[in-house]
Amino acid sequence: MTRYVMVADLRRCIGCQTCTAACKQANATPPGVQWRRVLDMEVGEYPNVKRVFVPTGCQHCADPPCEWVCPSTATRRRTDGIVQIVYDLCIGCSACAVACPYEARYKVEKHEFAFGDQPTADEDMRANDSLIGVATKCTFCADIVDAGVARGLTPGEDPEATPACVNLCISGALAFGDIDNPQSRVSELLRNNKHFRMHEELGTNPGFYYLWDQEPT
Amino acid sequence: MTATLSGSGTPRLQQNWDARAACNFIGGGSGTGLLLTAAVAFASGWNYFLAGALAIALIGFGLSMVWLEIGRPLRALNVFFHPQTSWMTREALLALPLLTLGAFAVLLDQPFVFLPFQAHMPVAVLAATAAILGLAFLYCQARILHASKGVPAWSEPALQPLIVITGDAEGLGLLLFLTALAAPPPVWAVPAAIIAVLARAGAWDYYRQRLKTRAPAPAVAALDRISVPVHLLGHALPAALLVCVLLFPSTHALAAVAGLALAAVGAWIKFAVVTRAAFTQGFSIPFAPIRGRSHNAAP
Repeated sequence: MTRYVMVADLRRCIGCQTCTAACKQANATPPGVQWRRVLDMEVGEYPNVKRVFVPTGCQHCADPPCEWVCPSTATRRRTDGIVQIVYDLCIGCSACAVACPYEARYKVEKHEFAFGDQPTADEDMRANDSLIGVATKCTFCADIVDAGVARGLTPGEDPEATPACVNLCISGALAFGDIDNPQSRVSELLRNNKHFRMHEELGTNPGFYYLWDQEPT
Repeated sequence: MTATLSGSGTPRLQQNWDARAACNFIGGGSGTGLLLTAAVAFASGWNYFLAGALAIALIGFGLSMVWLEIGRPLRALNVFFHPQTSWMTREALLALPLLTLGAFAVLLDQPFVFLPFQAHMPVAVLAATAAILGLAFLYCQARILHASKGVPAWSEPALQPLIVITGDAEGLGLLLFLTALAAPPPVWAVPAAIIAVLARAGAWDYYRQRLKTRAPAPAVAALDRISVPVHLLGHALPAALLVCVLLFPSTHALAAVAGLALAAVGAWIKFAVVTRAAFTQGFSIPFAPIRGRSHNAAP
């Protein structure tokens, strides 16, 4: 079996938002929509306060609440663990958005552009009507992953089979790969580091891991 | 844009479901409650027509508002595709027979045009079946909110009994309003309404108590702000009026006022829960990164 997951090393993330920009470029998301975003969190109590940058987005849960509530079956989990939305089925009821504990879903009602009412040439070329009025979210760049796998490439190792945010991360904080493959980069990172998943108590079995310290040797 | 958060992350008021969604819970709750009480009233000799018609109108109004809210209204029929797990699909599936049977019962009981097949028995059966389907519809609405794991004030299990109880209380309130203005209401309605008032007051307090340990502070505060007026207008006032009607049956018009207050405050509760208390749980990390001692980590 294959289950693609993402790993974010909180020790390495510097909050540069390059992943966010890469995602927006790769997926042509409109203003205000960030499938990959980086939270700037302040944790602890004064004087022991830390600033932590936390990449987040769809966690591609193994038991996704968004899939359970979706009345149209538009949200579905693939056999490789990627949770996808079939835009042609989605009715835009937003039940998935309120079911998601990670605030990962967006819905826009009309085309919006970065600079006023008129689209830039790129926005005009890439405007996609099928994304209007429906739920959207991070896809783990499934089209890139699928195309790469079809060419015999390894997601997480070969850039042409790896999500844009991971490819562009300048500090190497993000990693992607098959957690069911013990030889994969993500499996190695999880073996050698202490990690957690967000809101794990909700039982959604998220596919997004955060590293925070090394395992004692 | 970087989200600036602190502590366990900042919950924010969800913007996905607005007043239109609240209208579905308001119309659906009071409508199904009224279907139930109208069926019981019919069995005890009261006309079904007016109450049944209002109930169907309320449910239809709620569903129409949802239709206006969805992003792709022309694909609305896709809502029926996922009965295996989606409570929204189940709600929609129940709405069809519920509205159809209710409408037939209203048609058969209407006093304006004589129909050769008008009879008491079919109306009773249709009304009773519609009432049972209505209860199931109401339960689906409660489960829709419970399934919203991103909003602690909705996923709290104590909201489910509150939604069901207030729906039935609102239906009873509307029945009192329709029947008690001009004549004494059904004999069972006033005692039943007193029980409904007490049940809703208890469910409301229990729900808010549970939220205090599970929901973000702004959600708790949003409901705390309305709690006193909810108790005064939605519970104390109707209870006092209903006891007065019990003691002095000639004051039956007060039961109509009590019923209206019971229904209106139920709508207010649901509006507040859906639009004011719907804060997300925010983000939290159980461990902060230990920097500077790993060969993997940035210093």
